[in-house]
Amino acid sequence: MAGATLRHTAWILRGNPLTAIAAAGVVLLVLVAIFGPSIVPYDPIASNVSQALMAPSAAHWAGTDQLGRDTFSRLIVATRLDLVIAVSAVGISFVLGAVIGAFCGYAGGRLDRSVGRFVDVMMAFPLFVLAMAMVAALGNRVENIVIATAIINLPFYIRFARAEVNVRRNVGWVEAARASGESHVSVVLRFLLPNVLPAMAVQMSLNLGWAILNAAGLSFIGLGVKPPTPEWGIMVAEGARFISTGRWWLVAFPGLALMLAVLCFNLLGDGMRDILDPRMRT
Amino acid sequence: MTASLLRIEDLHVTFSTRRGLVEAVRGVTLSIDEGEMLGLVGESGSGKSVTGFATTRLLDTAGRVTAGRILFRGQDITKIPDSDFRVLHGAAMSMIFQNPRAALNPIRAVGLQIADAILSHKRLSKEEAASEALKLLKSVQIRDPEKRMAAYPHELSGGMCQRVMIAIAISCNPKLLIADEPTTGLDVTTQKVVMDLLAAIAAERGMATILITHDLGLAARYCRRVVVMEQGRLVEEATPQTLFHHPQHPYTKRLVAASPTATSGIADLVTDEERDQYLAVLAAQKPRPALPPGTPLLLDVKNLAKRYDQGAPAVADFSMTMAAGQSVGLVGESGSGKTTTSRMICRLIDPSEGDILFDGQSIGHLAARDFHRSPVRKDIQIVFQDPNDSLNPRFTAFDCIAHPLLRLSGMRRGDALRQRVEECAQRVGLPLELLPRFPHQLSGGQKARIGIARAIACRPRLLVLDEPTAALDVSVQAVVLQLLDRLRREDNLSLLFVSHDLNVVRMMCDHTIVLRDGRIVEQGESRALFDNPQTAYTRELVDAVPHIGGEAAAAVV
Repeated sequence: MAGATLRHTAWILRGNPLTAIAAAGVVLLVLVAIFGPSIVPYDPIASNVSQALMAPSAAHWAGTDQLGRDTFSRLIVATRLDLVIAVSAVGISFVLGAVIGAFCGYAGGRLDRSVGRFVDVMMAFPLFVLAMAMVAALGNRVENIVIATAIINLPFYIRFARAEVNVRRNVGWVEAARASGESHVSVVLRFLLPNVLPAMAVQMSLNLGWAILNAAGLSFIGLGVKPPTPEWGIMVAEGARFISTGRWWLVAFPGLALMLAVLCFNLLGDGMRDILDPRMRT
Repeated sequence: MTASLLRIEDLHVTFSTRRGLVEAVRGVTLSIDEGEMLGLVGESGSGKSVTGFATTRLLDTAGRVTAGRILFRGQDITKIPDSDFRVLHGAAMSMIFQNPRAALNPIRAVGLQIADAILSHKRLSKEEAASEALKLLKSVQIRDPEKRMAAYPHELSGGMCQRVMIAIAISCNPKLLIADEPTTGLDVTTQKVVMDLLAAIAAERGMATILITHDLGLAARYCRRVVVMEQGRLVEEATPQTLFHHPQHPYTKRLVAASPTATSGIADLVTDEERDQYLAVLAAQKPRPALPPGTPLLLDVKNLAKRYDQGAPAVADFSMTMAAGQSVGLVGESGSGKTTTSRMICRLIDPSEGDILFDGQSIGHLAARDFHRSPVRKDIQIVFQDPNDSLNPRFTAFDCIAHPLLRLSGMRRGDALRQRVEECAQRVGLPLELLPRFPHQLSGGQKARIGIARAIACRPRLLVLDEPTAALDVSVQAVVLQLLDRLRREDNLSLLFVSHDLNVVRMMCDHTIVLRDGRIVEQGESRALFDNPQTAYTRELVDAVPHIGGEAAAAVV
């Protein structure tokens, strides 16, 4: 089975080089997140004022910031934090959203209508403002950023799971599962959800990029991770002050890292659908 | 001798797929004269539709004509550029498809859609096109054509949509119409009306028609000449009479045998040698001892009704009884309530009124929500209509069959389970090496067998069959029907056969109930009911069924 899955994945990637590149990028990001802190050339926190605001050079590939910290080292170290925030936030909204949405889509009726209206209200609200309000109220901590990001993502997952389950609730194999003695609850959890997951995984991948941006955005406006912790959003925010004096590297490199991470996740999302759908295999 | 209107010479069509090149059509040669109706018959995968698509250049991008010529009025249309072909398409030849609702634009009024088709080939003002469209709607005999001009596809029935499609197809007076399964999915009475209309229009306008169908009976009724395709090759070409009474090719013989006629029985559905085998199996069975007096009926349904929020009830006042080992047919057109009734009897939905006694015990009042815990659950099982969507895509064939055993028979994973699953697979004729496969790796017939194996796994006493063969080719249908019949005899299984296919019900069932608009119209012993229907509605249903070997080409003037 595993061999077939690998072969299938390889086949999809061969026919779709962009997905392969995106997958390689994501793998690289994960490796950097795991091993980055132990391989960086400089301490990302320690300041060294004599080296402040140096342009990119052989010693400092991405230059240094106003405190003389190596921007490249800070970029590498920040990867772990940014990925952890994005993955855990998306993971939480994925699990909760899939379960809530699946039950709504299957049951229909009053439950579906009330959850549906609640989701509408949430989506009518500017989501970033909602996240800001939550972090401001709960406090400036990493777990609160995760929770806020998870909550503002939730409506999308609920809607998605609801729609996917709704079209399947009357298909033959759902009725067959009932006739084989499954309760409604286990039909949803053990039959419908596994069939909806591939499509949702695509959504999840697309969403990861967005969640990274969201976390960086919160940090940028000062409601996220606190300095001196290296984080892409803070780095952009801190570097912004120096852009008018021509120190472009302070903003450009974290911005590039953000862009590449988001791009990789988005491109991967499209390829994932083909990989995960068992019907694409023969 | 004039040249034929369309001549296909040694056509080869190849599709490039993941597994390399696949030849869908391998050397088809056929011709059709002006005004002729030609039947192109074959089962799924025979290449009949691909031939039609190649002619109208509607092959999808993976498909390519690799050899051969298609001569339309003497001109090879495989060679001409797309821009020239577009002029030809619609004006000189057009096509109608299986699912008319999907072929129409859902957000545009049908009158406008017909006018669009006219305007794409003729220089007319919008008003002139609209009045043309109205004329066309009249010619396809739509009631209230003025009102229907503004109707959207979802407001029309399937038969009406197909008439609109026909109106679009004939809007520019084509010389050739290719009808790809034009009535598949329509009710039998609608099918007859639509086909009669198509035949009349073709005759009136001198339009040649290629009728692509899997239904031999349909081709026999409307065509003077029928060609049979198998695996991309043309295997036989003859008049319906010769074809059905003296088929030459072994494949045609098999196909003709498998098509139910007005008189055939279950044993007749296969070729002679196999029939003898089947009869031998039946003869070897011992007759069952008579039931002791006082045994309750297996199923006793009393005044069942189902009402949804508003409007007329879906089912009203439905009563029936069934003894063990009996088979009862429930026939009716779409919307007659037969599916609702079958789901109530299976206890998948709750009836609004009435009661269901199973083996003398009332089960009608148990909520469907909790019925999965009832001990009766495993006694009543169901085989679903479309084998393609009745298997969980993430379960292997083994998991599908094992599922009810795990849930209802209290079996655990292990050797006993494996044995029982393999036994069921063997009984339905499913090769054991297919058990680890996923549904999308199996053919329709194989999936149908898995559906039956799953339903009989727990040794039920009542099997409800919801159109079990509607999605299958006739040769597969023949095998499945024989299988069901044998299971009934061997296990004393009762079958409730829900179907719109009267031929099948007549063969399979001792007793038949005709439903219309949720009410029983007529019921009785099957043969008597079909030979001598008492109500006008049943008679209409029976008459609409196309048979092979009957009055061939009677409808063609």
